[in-house]
Amino acid sequence: MAGASTTAVAQEFETVIGLECHVELSTTTKMFCGCRNEFGAPPNTNVCPVCLGHPGSLPVPNERAIEYIVRIGLALGCDIAPRSLFHRKNYFYPDMPKNFQISQYDLPVCVGGHLDVEVDEHVRRIGITRVHMEEDTGKTTHAGVTGRIGQAEYALVDYNRAGVPLVEVVSEPDIRSPEEARAYLTELRAILEALGVSDVRMEEGSLRCDANVSVRPAGSHELGVKVEIKNLNSIRSLERALSHERDRQVELLRAGGRPVQETRHFDEETGTTHPLRSKEEAFDYRYFPEPDLPPLELDPAWIEAIRATLPELPAARRDRLRREHGLRPEQASIVGSDARAAEYFERAVALGAPGPAVARWMTQDLAAYLNRTGEGWEELAKRFSPEALADLLRRSEEGELSSTGAKAAFELVVETGRPLGEVIEERGLRQVSDTSQLEAWVDEVIAENPRLVEQFRGGKEGVLNALVGQVMKRSAGSANPQAVSELLRSRLAEP
Amino acid sequence: MPVDIDIDHVARLARLELSDEERERLRAQLSLILEHAAKVSEVATADVPPTASAIPRPTVLRPDVPTPSMGPEEALANAPDREDDRFRVPRIVEVE
Ligand SMILES: [Zn+2]
Repeated sequence: MAGASTTAVAQEFETVIGLECHVELSTTTKMFCGCRNEFGAPPNTNVCPVCLGHPGSLPVPNERAIEYIVRIGLALGCDIAPRSLFHRKNYFYPDMPKNFQISQYDLPVCVGGHLDVEVDEHVRRIGITRVHMEEDTGKTTHAGVTGRIGQAEYALVDYNRAGVPLVEVVSEPDIRSPEEARAYLTELRAILEALGVSDVRMEEGSLRCDANVSVRPAGSHELGVKVEIKNLNSIRSLERALSHERDRQVELLRAGGRPVQETRHFDEETGTTHPLRSKEEAFDYRYFPEPDLPPLELDPAWIEAIRATLPELPAARRDRLRREHGLRPEQASIVGSDARAAEYFERAVALGAPGPAVARWMTQDLAAYLNRTGEGWEELAKRFSPEALADLLRRSEEGELSSTGAKAAFELVVETGRPLGEVIEERGLRQVSDTSQLEAWVDEVIAENPRLVEQFRGGKEGVLNALVGQVMKRSAGSANPQAVSELLRSRLAEP
Repeated sequence: MPVDIDIDHVARLARLELSDEERERLRAQLSLILEHAAKVSEVATADVPPTASAIPRPTVLRPDVPTPSMGPEEALANAPDREDDRFRVPRIVEVE
């Protein structure tokens, strides 16, 4: 697939995207029963008559789950309904043992919010239609010769996940590009993480996303034919699938065709989407009020108490980092979007380290390390604590470490797990400003490089850097480059 | 007022295969039930708010505290088919 750029396509066509994101809440127990809500338990161990839908069992909502959905709704600027209702969504699919899923229909807990996303320093407000409470389904594994869903011969079901509290966040069709969709999902994930309501691990399925996408001629206000894409297991998959689907629909329209309304499955390997045909032909969920659950009435005082406990959200945090610590926008976005990164930053700064220097280290050397190892900030903090970073910056500030020395010290600390002070001592990383030692190295370098010396004396200023480099090499990075440069100049000025 | 009902659609949604005799009998019965339920709308007026629950009781929530689960042996005791500790079911979807 050629993959036309967003800008080129945008001139002729407009892409309209809406996202439905499912968030598994990190409660201790399930939504309507006391079974444990845990990822990775042996199959069918966390099940009981309620979540297996045995006759006569009755659901009772989990208070913590309700608190969490209220937190999410408040963070997204939604109105919290004083009275909402659970409905049964009826369907025949073995991932729910009772043939229905308890969800919400016309009276969800949260309605009408928004999420601001930033793409290329341009902020756009994406509407949130609703946020509703439901229960997750069991996990089906398609089995057969190839293990691919399309060729499965049978399926195996584990109901540990059936009944886990699930929140669905539905956006308005306000998203206009795959890049904006990525920004939306990234920001939503950061907010959920800051709220502490979910593990938000897409690879484990605790955050999942379906996308509705259509394409229409630029300037048109009529909505195009909507295609739903499923199986988006990472933010990268979402962006790739949307780019591919947009290009596919544009090509169809250009060829005089028209997309059909359907559900398509994203194939991670090929980066393409394929129609997903379900044996469930008649999509009629026959929603009706769940007779076993009375309407959910929330005390306004409780809602206000929850509002009072909302943490600082990523957007506010990024703003504050820019304002109070002078971070550049791209630094604030790396440091401020991740709760653990922000905590790392704040701890280092609280120890007296200057904000811009901490941000520079975090977005360069530390970020490179995280990319290389796949670790998170929390793990890094154990290997190289904010205290260590503050110490490292202080030593650099005081001239004890050169910038090369500081980098080497950091690498050694994360590699060996030894304290910073010891590493500096042992590896002789302390920057040498001691003149007699520097003089000895400088004289050796001058003696060994008569041609460079000649060129410098002949007026080629730039050669000095080469000589400084030689001295630095000789000192194994421990010499203070500024002192070396001054010393070289004065020595070379001598006849 | 008799209520017309698409019995084939209802049967399909419920995954039921009906004989002609059953279809006619159930159509008549369901129609009567719907007719009975339709009486409710005759008494529903603008000043009566819609209700979803007949029991006027406050919202009951449960603290987020675990209770014992039954475990795989009991859970799978009545399963028509199993593979290890999971339920085994027929294939579900097809991708073209
Ligand atoms: Zn249970």
